[in-house]
Amino acid sequence: MEPKIVAFCCNWCSYAGADLAGVSRYQYPAAVRILRVMCSGRVEPVFIFDAFKNGADGVIVTGCHPGECHYVSGNLNAEKRVENTRKALEYLGLGAERLRLKWISASEGLKFAEVMREFTEEIKALGPSPIKSRMSVK
Amino acid sequence: MEKKEKVNEGEERIGVFVCRCGVNIGGVVDCDEVARYAATLPGVVCVSVNKFTCSDSGQADIQEHIRKYNLNRVVVAACTPKTHEPTFRVCCEEAGVNQYLFEFVNIRDQCSWMHIWDHEGATKKAKDLVRMGVYRAKLLEPLEESEVAVDQNAVVIGAGVAGMQAAMDLGDMGFHVYLVEKEPSIGGRMARFDKVFPTNDCSICILGPKMVEVARNENIEIMSYSEVVEVKGFVGNFEATIEHKPRYIDVDKCTGCAQCVEKCPVEVPYDFNEGFGTRRAAYVPFPQAVPLRGVIDLENCLRSEGKECKACIKACERDAIDFSQEKKYSKVKAGVIIVAPGFVTYDPEPGNDYGYGMDDNVITTMEFERLLNAAGPTEGHVIRPSDCKEPMRLGFINCVGSRDVKTNVHCSGGVCCMFNMKNAILLKEKRPEISCYLFYMDIRAPFRGYEEFYNRARELGIRFVRGRPSEVIEKENGNLVIRAEDTLKGVVRNIEVDLVVLGTGIVPHSDIEKLSKMLKIPRAADGLLMEAHPKLGPVDTVLGGVFVAGGASGPKDIPLSVAQGSGAAARAARLLVTGKAKIEGITAASDTERCIGCSLCVDVCPYAALTLDEKENRVMVVEAICKGCGTCAASCPVGAMEQRHFKTEQVEAQVKNLFALT
Ligand SMILES: Cc1cc2nc3c(=O)[nH]c(=O)nc-3n(C[C@H](O)[C@H](O)[C@H](O)COP(=O)(O)OP(=O)(O)OC[C@H]3O[C@@H](n4cnc5c(N)ncnc54)[C@H](O)[C@@H]3O)c2cc1C
Ligand code: SF4
Ligand code: SF4
Ligand code: FES
Repeated sequence: MEPKIVAFCCNWCSYAGADLAGVSRYQYPAAVRILRVMCSGRVEPVFIFDAFKNGADGVIVTGCHPGECHYVSGNLNAEKRVENTRKALEYLGLGAERLRLKWISASEGLKFAEVMREFTEEIKALGPSPIKSRMSVK
Repeated sequence: MEKKEKVNEGEERIGVFVCRCGVNIGGVVDCDEVARYAATLPGVVCVSVNKFTCSDSGQADIQEHIRKYNLNRVVVAACTPKTHEPTFRVCCEEAGVNQYLFEFVNIRDQCSWMHIWDHEGATKKAKDLVRMGVYRAKLLEPLEESEVAVDQNAVVIGAGVAGMQAAMDLGDMGFHVYLVEKEPSIGGRMARFDKVFPTNDCSICILGPKMVEVARNENIEIMSYSEVVEVKGFVGNFEATIEHKPRYIDVDKCTGCAQCVEKCPVEVPYDFNEGFGTRRAAYVPFPQAVPLRGVIDLENCLRSEGKECKACIKACERDAIDFSQEKKYSKVKAGVIIVAPGFVTYDPEPGNDYGYGMDDNVITTMEFERLLNAAGPTEGHVIRPSDCKEPMRLGFINCVGSRDVKTNVHCSGGVCCMFNMKNAILLKEKRPEISCYLFYMDIRAPFRGYEEFYNRARELGIRFVRGRPSEVIEKENGNLVIRAEDTLKGVVRNIEVDLVVLGTGIVPHSDIEKLSKMLKIPRAADGLLMEAHPKLGPVDTVLGGVFVAGGASGPKDIPLSVAQGSGAAARAARLLVTGKAKIEGITAASDTERCIGCSLCVDVCPYAALTLDEKENRVMVVEAICKGCGTCAASCPVGAMEQRHFKTEQVEAQVKNLFALT
């Protein structure tokens, strides 16, 4: 089974990058779900925990490259928050590797697809999220 | 299709519209299956499948459903909100549904196109995405866009041919324009050329009068030798800080007579001539400069070495020299900004690019342009640097630093093919006995008169060799041997020439990066500024009120740069003329009951849109300043801060419905 991946995408960069991947037909596994926010800075830890609770095997937060955030520094806040959330995931036994942060610009369609493929592979190697067996989520 | 059971009055009444987008979606995703599934979701009262939902009939279908089923939420599963959200928002508003009660589900760019061989997976995903959208739609709230007044001034950054055109058009429409140019004169790159393709008319003869016109236009305020260093605000209400570099010459007194230039004892390589020849530390940029005023390059002036030189001071009859000048800053307000800083050509790496920087007789096209120019360092006589002799055999190499996986994969859009051919033609016309070889991979000559130009080059006897040279070897006498495979003949050729001209590709300069960061304009894969839409928004950017024109947003020739200058002016004028701009209603909102005054949100807001009311110990949002990033909402520990339209419960509704089916 393909691992289930959730990608939080920033409206200005990675969401447009994901669109560009589509326009260019760069393929990646269908088990990736994209959620749009205006800035990666909007992603709060509870979204990430809930994504895992609801069946995700891996979560990736994507935003504008440092210095290019549409809102100056939202992405830097996202970086800190993801770092802390990774620690929490490690502590909870889910493993920090299941949460990732990547900078993907609006012009990086190919990178978007590559990142999704790579992340899916890495999560596949880790196996299904341990939460699932414990919480009996499908 | 109609859903059987009706929901009670006062509840959400959602319509789901699935688009086949011709075969773009319909060829991969089973749209009828998605619609059938959508009909089972709570709150959904009707579903409809359309071939093209964005078409007139598709939109009419949405509006009919809104009326017939009394819908108060609309979900469209189609392409991307990045291009089509505005269309469907207007469609909903027209039929009486607040535009923020519309939800877009992307099942094309991020589904059918992504998984073209996995029909089942794509259909499953489309259902998941629709479900996420429906649950989010249930929780959406109506919002109002706010309207702001648009300041009637414009800032144009860069006064090349594109920026000048934009400034003139806006000035002629009656708007005040601050035309900010970093060099001491306006004109840009075109001011350096001798002739311009495809007609080969004299460049400065057509540009010069335009420069004068710009200066004469009473609505244009030229700020030369100046740079925008900071931009604050938003559409309609920008505030730009402009740094004015000191010229050490009082422009009000100076007449550009150049007497100071004659007396200045310091000579430095002349940047305007690409380093050929020299200029003085006190100089007038070039004879047609606008403004025609002197500049003192203090870095090279003897006074910066502590010497008491007064040559220029004594020479100036008008007492214009003023060494006490310092950098000055001014702040201007503007409703719109047009960004037109142009591009540069690839800077060949010494040792890497055919011996450039090591072999004297390997030069770039920009350098060659100056040698050819009647007003250039050699008055138009082409000579080679090693011995100042006239070269009789020349090799022009195309695509240096472009179409190359090692440096830059992008093509210079034909501009580089054309300028190399132009220079060979100009030389051949002057001196038919000179042999010219032009090494190319493909000739790209796409516009009116360009193919004819290419044919003319061949008729004149310029020899086209199809192949990228592998190396250029310098001989003791300074001659060069170009080694290349002629891929048409299938032979390796070693051609000896006296001078090699590198047709260097078009690349971004450091100011592009600076401006991109300052204004938040994304950059495309080639590093140049990115337009809002490659087809339908060529001079817009993703930022309201900010436009791009000319070479800064991709390789362009002069006609296209001028057209874009006018285009950007016209787009900007839409805002200036109406005097109003809309601001999205997705700002932050604080729940003052819940707020504990910890100020964590205040610290993260990049715009200082949040203030702590110390008396009440509560945080307030200044909505006019908030840009709606949502960072504050993510940092509030007690859930007191929300971002409208991206409220925690709204995003959570999507998160909770991510994978219910799979
Ligand atoms: C060697 C060569 C030969 C060419 N020959 C031809 C030809 O024959 N025919 C033709 O049609 N096209 C030709 N072109 C293309 C032509 O140069 C461009 O189409 C044109 O110059 C683009 O105009 P622009 O206004 O966009 O940019 P530019 O002419 O580059 O002007 C940009 C201006 O912005 C200023 N600037 C940059 N950064 C800032 C900043 N931060 N703040 C303020 N100002 C700033 C620069 O100083 C400059 O004055 C040639 C190009 C090259 C490289
Ligand atoms: S983070 Fe939340 S609680 Fe703290 S000041 Fe801001 S709104 Fe109030
Ligand atoms: S949404 Fe962003 S801009 Fe608005 S107040 Fe919050 S942090 Fe500041
Ligand atoms: S706007 Fe893209 S990460 Fe902030």
